Amino acid sequence: MNSLPEPALRPAVVRFQQVSQRYGKTLALDGVSLELPAGCMVGLIGPDGVGKSSLLALAAGARAVQAGKVHTLGGDMAERRHRERVCPDVAYMPQGLGKNLYPTLSVEENLQFFARLFGHAAGERRRRIDELTRSTGLYPFLDRPVGKLSGGMKQKLGLCCALIHDPELLILDEPTTGVDPLARSQFWALIGRIRAQHPGMSVIAATAYMDEAQRFDWLVALDAGRVLASGTPAQLLAQTGSHDLEAAFIALLPEAKRQGHQAVVIPPLVETAGEEVAIEARELTMRFGDFVAVDHASFRIRRGEIFGFLGSNGCGKTTTMKMLTGLLPASEGQAWLFGQTVDPKDLATRRRVGYMSQGFSLYSELSVAQNLVLHARLFQVPEAEIPTRVQAMSRRFGLEQFLGALPNALPLGMRQRLSLAVAMVHEPELLILDEPTSGVDPVARDNFWRLLIELSRRDRVTIFISTHFMNEAERCDRISLMHAGRVLVSDRPQALREARGAETLEQAFIAYLEEAGARGEQPVPEPAVSEASLAPPPPPPSTKTRRRGFSLARAWSYSLREQLELQRDPVRATLALIGSLLLMFIMGYGISLDVEDLSFAVLDRDQTTLSHNYVLGLSGSRYFVEKPAIRDYADLDRRMRSGELSLALEIPAGFARDASRGRAVEIGAWIDGAMPTRGETAAGYVQGMHQAWLAEQSRLQLGQTAVGAADVETRFRYNPDVKSLPAMVPAVIPMLLMMIPAMLAALSVVREKELGSILNLYVTPVRRSEFLFGKQLPYVLLALFNFLLMVLLAVTAFGVPIKGSFLTLLAAAVLYVICATGAGLLASSFTRSQVAAVFLTMIGTMIPTIQYSGLLDPVSSLEGAGAVIGQVYPASHFLTISRGVFNKALGFADLRGSFWPLLVSAPTILLLALLLLKKQER
Amino acid sequence: MRSQLANIYRLGVKELWGLWRDPIMLVLVVFMFVFTVYSAAKAMPETLNKAPIAIVDEDASPLSSRLVSSFYPPQFLRPAMIPLAAVDSGMDAGDYTFALVIPPDFQRDVLAGRAPSLQLNVDATRMGQAFTGSGYIQQILLGEINEFLQGHRQSSVLPVELALRARFNPTLNKGWFGALMEIVNHVTMLSILLTGAALIREREHGTVEHLLVMPVMPAEIMLSKVWSMGLVVLLAAALSLRFVVQGLLGVVIEGSVGLFLAGAALHLFATTSMGIFMATLARSMPQFALLLILVLMPLEMLSGGSTPRESMPLFVQYLMLLAPTTHFISASQAILFRAAGFEVVWPSFLALLLIGSVFFAISLARFRKMLSQLA
Repeated sequence: MNSLPEPALRPAVVRFQQVSQRYGKTLALDGVSLELPAGCMVGLIGPDGVGKSSLLALAAGARAVQAGKVHTLGGDMAERRHRERVCPDVAYMPQGLGKNLYPTLSVEENLQFFARLFGHAAGERRRRIDELTRSTGLYPFLDRPVGKLSGGMKQKLGLCCALIHDPELLILDEPTTGVDPLARSQFWALIGRIRAQHPGMSVIAATAYMDEAQRFDWLVALDAGRVLASGTPAQLLAQTGSHDLEAAFIALLPEAKRQGHQAVVIPPLVETAGEEVAIEARELTMRFGDFVAVDHASFRIRRGEIFGFLGSNGCGKTTTMKMLTGLLPASEGQAWLFGQTVDPKDLATRRRVGYMSQGFSLYSELSVAQNLVLHARLFQVPEAEIPTRVQAMSRRFGLEQFLGALPNALPLGMRQRLSLAVAMVHEPELLILDEPTSGVDPVARDNFWRLLIELSRRDRVTIFISTHFMNEAERCDRISLMHAGRVLVSDRPQALREARGAETLEQAFIAYLEEAGARGEQPVPEPAVSEASLAPPPPPPSTKTRRRGFSLARAWSYSLREQLELQRDPVRATLALIGSLLLMFIMGYGISLDVEDLSFAVLDRDQTTLSHNYVLGLSGSRYFVEKPAIRDYADLDRRMRSGELSLALEIPAGFARDASRGRAVEIGAWIDGAMPTRGETAAGYVQGMHQAWLAEQSRLQLGQTAVGAADVETRFRYNPDVKSLPAMVPAVIPMLLMMIPAMLAALSVVREKELGSILNLYVTPVRRSEFLFGKQLPYVLLALFNFLLMVLLAVTAFGVPIKGSFLTLLAAAVLYVICATGAGLLASSFTRSQVAAVFLTMIGTMIPTIQYSGLLDPVSSLEGAGAVIGQVYPASHFLTISRGVFNKALGFADLRGSFWPLLVSAPTILLLALLLLKKQER
Repeated sequence: MRSQLANIYRLGVKELWGLWRDPIMLVLVVFMFVFTVYSAAKAMPETLNKAPIAIVDEDASPLSSRLVSSFYPPQFLRPAMIPLAAVDSGMDAGDYTFALVIPPDFQRDVLAGRAPSLQLNVDATRMGQAFTGSGYIQQILLGEINEFLQGHRQSSVLPVELALRARFNPTLNKGWFGALMEIVNHVTMLSILLTGAALIREREHGTVEHLLVMPVMPAEIMLSKVWSMGLVVLLAAALSLRFVVQGLLGVVIEGSVGLFLAGAALHLFATTSMGIFMATLARSMPQFALLLILVLMPLEMLSGGSTPRESMPLFVQYLMLLAPTTHFISASQAILFRAAGFEVVWPSFLALLLIGSVFFAISLARFRKMLSQLA
């Protein structure tokens, strides 16, 4: 396949040899062999899911190589040493707008973070950041949080972050997907300028836009994990004899895929006299706080028309569609569907509308057939019709072979068709489609359009579609250009082109955007800073710090960032602090092991002074509260069953008489054993009372001084009043100090995995240890602060004084929170989703701390697995120290023994987390 | 009305499919209802189980060695024989809960009727053991001494015996209690967690908003989650009760399991509503997780499932009356241990129904609000 002549005999910057990648059952790359020439712009073209991203991630070292060889900058990327060596020379910008950026941090903070990772000093960082942001036009926005930037600006920032360390190789994964045409052209102009200043730099970019690819020096067309062709754009065109790349790409596809493909032909819309209006919007406005998402949008769509909404991500397309479906109540303005005002409560209009949201919201847990049936039923298609309807839909949309499959197992194009089938299953008159074709290959996209056209022209279904593909917009009957919440203009694509005198719709759009003042983020002209300043200063060799050993600076960089993120999400920190104080309060007071106020009642069949005297012994104590007398056995049974009585006594008839005559009598006592601890304590009390009463009686009646043979003098130490509070408060602190810091730390890592910024660990010189310790530090500090608050609460509100050495307690707390946050990091180092991390942390902290660490029962008394857990779990040892210092007035010398396990477990936990964390994606 | 019920049913079935195809959740449910219930029953010691005791024997007489040999497993660990000087450090380090000091010439003094004193030191920070243990030790000691004295001296007291029996759990087996309370706690925890996670998952996948463009009411969406997740937890609890608690652990359940499950169903109505409520409050999974801890901990510790309610301060007792767990635990204890019938537990059932309805109404309002913000 690679029989085409190589261009310019350039050395390869990246070389793939027989590379295959497999994710589960999907084969993403299938024996790819490829050489990408250095010093030029290389483009990977093809739709989503053909392996472009995998190739780029492999080249950047973000993914581990499974089979074959990948050489980047002259070395094998499977070798760790080489990866570590070239990592400062490679910059990787992953797919997704600002995916590796931190949305709550400002532009400046993001740049500072990346610059620190590459070891630049403060002055150098300032210089580079100023230069890069000036040339990209981000300079005025340094303080703005990344989450509030437009898509184009995010991509520019991503580029700045990638360029901050003067890479030799720049890898861009679909950098312009979802960005408006103006920002897109600005982005490529910027890349052009940068390349002019760094002639040696190689750029590899993936793109789904064929018009962009036209401008690259060298192209690789990919499909289904294989290379279709590679060469200069001119070569590809010549090879296929096509006049544009889209057609060339389709021509390159294997026969089977091309089968049935033909150019999309759109029959003209038949104008009907009545001109029934399907949708009408007048001055529709949506505000979220200060932010105006949609600004007085007005348009009118006729029945049977295909109406396109064109604009960048975040320009208000989706919001407008949601207002039309009644999902969002408009802040201002009105909309009508079929002449009726949109009313979210009106379920009848909903039945006339089919809606396909961005990202195909299918139930991934239901099979294709189940999805169709469920939707048909929810739209109240008569039960008898459902089987035929489902069959008809699956035939029409070509889903027949996949009825039993789960949506996620289907290729994207299939999923898209299923999504359309689901939206159509109740035969609506209006279809609202929100970016239905993003990420689908050209053939599937054309097939999809043929379906839409058929629906529109044959079934007279009105179609309201949003897209950011220009060639799709061309196919609509009419389009609206949207920018920053405003509808710039609505007309036929042809008319728009003519009005602007533009050759293509894209140019017309750009002209409208510029007219609307969307100049966006132009480079800030700076008198002293000429274009030339983009060129790197002759880099002193020391700026490129090679990874050598543990770097405090890089760890610190992560710490700073984590700290900033914590600050920006005050809910999390506050919830943790306030929550722990609240819990301590509730539990300190609530968990009480004192058994008092036990209710009892007597079935007194004797009714003599002696029997009354016996009962008095019980009712007079603070442990028992007497309830109305028991009438008979049935009464006794009922009241014990309901839990009203914890103790029931039966004094037999003739009790006083028999006792005085020296005949043996027996008093019956029943305690409620439902709650064993309480039962045992109650039994102890009753026996004690009984003995005391007997002694008293012998003294009174027999005139004998009841001198026991010996007596036992019990001294309750550390807590002479045997109160729960002083015993519980020092025990609650270790419990809370384990659970909450662990949970916070656990989510910090796994969140990066879910959101994608974990890539920065994969592709920057940061070490795993620097990453973990850096992230841990802010949580350790937060936990220590939490600890101090809890101690303060213990001493003030609970009045439990610290009798021993506070410094000892503090030292133990430091070790302990390192363990706790480490445990969280451990749980998150091998889980993939936040849910799993939450569960794991919850089970791993809550159960052992409550049950096995000596909170209620001493560890030495536990059995089996619980005993083992209790002995190694850090909470047990911190509990001993906490009680020792609070209750027993102890210092370091006395508690040394409990420090050792903490000293051992802290590094062990961290080491485990380190081993389980991967430096590359698998 | 009919179509509403049909929608609730169908959406609920969809939830069940979702759970069925999420292996992590399933494993979690099985783990909780099998493994942790079993281990809670097995690990939970008797109050006096292997209680660590140390003895300072300064008498070294036949009587003192008789006293020493009266402490043995499983209630006590073998006594550690230590010198007097080691008592403080041993107790400080938490090595012993009890330290008994037998003074010199103890036997001689006992025989001479001088009523000498034994000193028993108790680590009162270990509340549970301290309480029951000290009483128990006293009894053992006095019993041994009296037996030793048999024949040496006459002691006469009234011939009144106390016949003490524990009802409902005659051997006061803590394992029974532990296992059943574990199930009760899991019912609460899992129902909140499953419904909350189900809602957050739908929100993350964007399928909630998809539902909203269909002719389905928010109440139907919510009820579908309530019944489906409730059913899963109820079923898991019933199976766990039958096979783990009654089967594997051999616990005798006196009362009606059916009545208990009816109570559990009412309780689930309240807790699943709570789960939805919490999921609407939390903006992200981390926040949901923290909320979960904040809510679950008091529910588990303060509802009477781990320590008796009547010993808690009054304001805590009143506050916890608002929590469904309090009523559910009191009803379950009555039904499962004391074989109480409906005529006894109906007030708890009524309370559960009321609390559940209130929670449901609040959650529904929040849920509607969330949906309008979400879109």
